[in-house]
Amino acid sequence: MTRMLEVENLSKDFLLHLQGGVRIPVLHAVDLHVSAGECVALAGASGAGKSTLLRSLYGNYRAGSGVIRVRHDGAMIDITTAPPRRVVEIRERTLGYVSQFLRVVPRVSAIDIVADAARDMTTEQAHNLASSMLNRLHIPARLHTLPPSTFSGGEQQRINLARGFIGSHPILLLDEPTASLDNANRDIVIAMILEAKARGAAVVGIFHDTHVRDAIADRLYHVLPRQDAA
Amino acid sequence: MTGYNFAYLDEQTKRMIRRAILKAVAIPGHQIPFGSREMPLPYGWGTGGIQLTAAVLGPDDGLKVIDQGADDTTNAVSIRRFFARTAGVTTTTHTADATIIQTRHRIPELKLTDKQIIVYQVPQPEPLSKLESSRAETRRMHGLAEYGLMHVRLYEDITRFGHVSISYDYPVMVGGRYLMSPSPIPAFDNPKMHMMPALQLFGAGREQRIYAIPPYTTVESLDFDDHPFRTTRAPHACGLCGAADSYLDEVVTDDRGGRLYVCSDTDHCETRRTAGHTGTESPPVDAPAEQAA
Amino acid sequence: MTDDTLLSARGLNLRFGNIPALIDVDADLWPGEVLAIVGESGSGKTTLLQVLSGRVAPQSGVVWYRDPEGRLLDVHAMPAPALRALHRSDWGFVHQNPRDNLRMGVTAGGNVGERLMAQGSRHYGRIRAEAIDWLKQVEIDGARVDDLPRVFSGGMLQRLQIARTLVTHPRLVFMDEPTGGLDVSVQARLLDLIRSLVRRLNIAAVLVTHDLAVARLLANRIMVMQRGVVVEAGLTDQVLDDPQHAYTQLLVSSVLSA
Repeated sequence: MTRMLEVENLSKDFLLHLQGGVRIPVLHAVDLHVSAGECVALAGASGAGKSTLLRSLYGNYRAGSGVIRVRHDGAMIDITTAPPRRVVEIRERTLGYVSQFLRVVPRVSAIDIVADAARDMTTEQAHNLASSMLNRLHIPARLHTLPPSTFSGGEQQRINLARGFIGSHPILLLDEPTASLDNANRDIVIAMILEAKARGAAVVGIFHDTHVRDAIADRLYHVLPRQDAA
Repeated sequence: MTGYNFAYLDEQTKRMIRRAILKAVAIPGHQIPFGSREMPLPYGWGTGGIQLTAAVLGPDDGLKVIDQGADDTTNAVSIRRFFARTAGVTTTTHTADATIIQTRHRIPELKLTDKQIIVYQVPQPEPLSKLESSRAETRRMHGLAEYGLMHVRLYEDITRFGHVSISYDYPVMVGGRYLMSPSPIPAFDNPKMHMMPALQLFGAGREQRIYAIPPYTTVESLDFDDHPFRTTRAPHACGLCGAADSYLDEVVTDDRGGRLYVCSDTDHCETRRTAGHTGTESPPVDAPAEQAA
Repeated sequence: MTDDTLLSARGLNLRFGNIPALIDVDADLWPGEVLAIVGESGSGKTTLLQVLSGRVAPQSGVVWYRDPEGRLLDVHAMPAPALRALHRSDWGFVHQNPRDNLRMGVTAGGNVGERLMAQGSRHYGRIRAEAIDWLKQVEIDGARVDDLPRVFSGGMLQRLQIARTLVTHPRLVFMDEPTGGLDVSVQARLLDLIRSLVRRLNIAAVLVTHDLAVARLLANRIMVMQRGVVVEAGLTDQVLDDPQHAYTQLLVSSVLSA
């Protein structure tokens, strides 16, 4: 299987200058390899650093030490040392990310938010695809043209999912993608993740819902909380 | 005339003005500062023009002075008399006979020749003055040939009135480089400046600027491709000489709305009448004379 | 410096008397990229914008700009006419106060058309049509093309300024607190407008703002300045979500939600 993501000896501390320079260690010597078509669920107690690891993989958090290599355009690129422009490009074409919360862009309609994230297609194709994805996730058509700031938490989460999946990124990072969904929508998301795996996407995610986890995860990666605070 | 130097100004001053003229001729349309002198007439009456005329005048010159095209107005008469007394030169009202023509607000209808110099009296030499009040900034704009702002003014005019409403002092580009005020001549006269054989000198006494257009220099009136520059004149023929192509003055003849349109260029009109041209208002001079004879 | 950098500054230093405004500042900008410069008042961010745009000369250091023909131009060694030509065609500048840029006595159409006319456009009908098109792009009714800016609201004035700036399709736009004096609701609309225009027209922008939310929404990269020094720079979301420097942490923790 093609190796899509390689994490080696990744460590991450938070240094809080405002709290008198206290250093909070979170990740220590994480090693994780994920191949195409594989789904790895991050497991561990609350506060163990699952979200921190996921955000580090996306380049949202800066790695303390170690490497995070991502297969981008056929080559493995270390995003911890790649220049910011390169990371932006990798996110555009390779790394998809679904966060827990939708960061609302003022005035932009739901369908535009989703279509914006599409790749390699015309505006019209992107809109058609966005519309069908929103329909599949049971977002009523009358909401498509509205900005999602007034939507419910579950609706916003589904907009977020449609946006995360429309790009068909080779690597998907999912942070609690089903947290606020009902069973029907949860099953749709499971189907979407399985389809992504089938087309060869490498998936890393945090899934508290064991039903979801059992349905999609090939293996668990245990993130261990660090005891040795400096 | 004793007690005065030839043509009133002292020779040092005339040299200074001639140097400014040379520079102005070398950079067509560009305003050259000069040390304008106090003249024995108020600003606004042609102090800039008089100093230029004094600087270029020689004993053999024939001087013509017009004001709004007329040789017989107070301003024209007094300036002509001024030079007759201080320089002893011949003065004339005939455009063809003059070697130097000082003018306020008109260009004669007769095509000028390369033996002549025309001197314009200029109240405000800076064409951008109404749009940009800072002199430092307008100098920079001239230096860099940044004249978009002038077109903004034309744009606004067309937007407001459907056409460019500037009827006199219509801005021109000289030699494809400098934006220039042609002095408050009617836009009707603008085309005469283009490739004119005569040397054109412009003097602003109060503003202390001299500029010039050398003979045979291009002078283009600013316009838009879809709103080309057009001259306008009153849609009449001269009531006295019948000319249908000259610039006309409107004369109110009575209090019942009576109007008479006559050539603004009095010499042009007289020359035509002498040659036998008549208009609708021409006094019937010939017929009674024949009857009497 | 890679081949396709649009703007590149190295070693910029500038002091106003004893006050350091810029200390060893480097900056790079690539085509189509938005770079935010954040920091509080007096941090030097506006000075940096002035120096990058060639309006204020640094005491040492150099700013390079790559023109459309691929030539590298030393912004502070260029002859004034060339720099001014750059400012009215290839570059744009959006001021915090639109009144500093607009001609308040000239119609909206004349304001938008001025840069076209400065570039030599001499067809009234086309200039006007282009002005109307741009008014629509910034969400101003095309029917208001003949109105004077005096009767426009603050938000409309700012959008008019943007239309006036973008009409010549600049490759690089400098923005100084473009949402500064506006109501929050008007700000959101303007931000969205700037965001979509910058993306659609592939414009590179240097954006000075004290508002981290504005930076997050518009900028790919961010530079955090404090007392003339760039204390932290990088991906916008990384710097804002995982700030490393004490000053950035203070800045991020001081706002309600960025």
